[in-house]
Amino acid sequence: MSKIIVITSGKGGVGKTTTSAAFATGLALRDYKTIVIDFDVGLRNLDLVMGCERRVVYDFINVINGEANINQALIKDKRVENLFILPASQTRNKDALTLKGIARVLEELKKNFDYIICDSPAGIEHGAIMAMYFADEALIVTNPEVSSVRDSDRIIGMLSSKTRRAMQKMPPIKEHLLITRYEQKRVNKGEMLSIKDVEEILAIPLLGVIPESLEILKASNSGVPITYNKETDAGQAYLDVVARFLGEEPPKRKKKGFFRRWFGRKL
Amino acid sequence: MRFIEHIFSLFSSQKSAKLAKERLQIIVTHDRRKRRYLPLLQQELLDVVRKYASIDDDDIKIHLEKQGNYEVLEMNIALPK
Ligand SMILES: Nc1ncnc2c1ncn2[C@@H]1O[C@H](COP(=O)(O)OP(=O)(O)O)[C@@H](O)[C@H]1O
Ligand SMILES: [Mg+2]
Repeated sequence: MSKIIVITSGKGGVGKTTTSAAFATGLALRDYKTIVIDFDVGLRNLDLVMGCERRVVYDFINVINGEANINQALIKDKRVENLFILPASQTRNKDALTLKGIARVLEELKKNFDYIICDSPAGIEHGAIMAMYFADEALIVTNPEVSSVRDSDRIIGMLSSKTRRAMQKMPPIKEHLLITRYEQKRVNKGEMLSIKDVEEILAIPLLGVIPESLEILKASNSGVPITYNKETDAGQAYLDVVARFLGEEPPKRKKKGFFRRWFGRKL
Repeated sequence: MRFIEHIFSLFSSQKSAKLAKERLQIIVTHDRRKRRYLPLLQQELLDVVRKYASIDDDDIKIHLEKQGNYEVLEMNIALPK
């Protein structure tokens, strides 16, 4: 049975695209046939983060409009088997996304994929609704910061009212909280909301916490999703998120201390 | 290390994260109440009208519109002939 998972947040710049790339890669590394779709029509960044920007020929909108078939538009990842990318169009706007068109594409993809990951655009309008509409599960990407938490709450409200599962009175979308750009140091100083604070306010189950990390910038600079680098805290955190998503309980990880960071790292 | 950080934070006048949490709890509760109210109102109105006429779920349309300082609730009920 294939599953559709939306990566959403309301607020922009919180790490949805980073998470989509890392999570999809992580699932493929675990041998699940996975496709990640860029719903951010007009912007298109997922291809850059995944390092396949120069191989884009056709895009999601072309497929929706019947100007290309899915196999022409899918890009096969060069690093891992089982991973495919469906890029967004840069020249259209989000209105080009229609429920009917998306439904048709998803039905077709469901025949071939275990997981369909939808990278949502920011906002609470049309584009975001299109990305979440057919979802079975949702990763709500949240930074420990007031506007991100408030927007996540609004998105949670939309997941339970504006989606297919809500409208057809089916079992609700399964929601997962993913806290990203977390800085324990600042939490200790009382400058940043803690994991518990965010959990308490949003009241949905926590799937994982991704620390603020320079490595993420390096990963997107080079177009290699962070999950390939399990030596990094953030890469390992995303792999743990994938494991937990698959129902496993990864070992508790202590933050590397000064000595381990300096003397324990691989050369 | 952590101990030293704690000592330092004792001197900073206010923990902004605590304030952030309090403000969020208030606004999020308010947001949620507002989101729930329209569908509930719609359902209740539907139940009332149904005592007198047989109408479908989508024969009643409700719109909330912001106009400057206040909000206008617009309601349309299509009754059968
Ligand atoms: N855990 C993290 N640590 C540091 N930087 C991050 C982290 N997650 C995301 N970023 C950076 O934040 C920016 C926005 O991320 P992106 O995934 O594009 O957000 P969104 O898709 O939600 O708009 C990017 O520059 C990205 O590299
Ligand atoms: Mg994005």
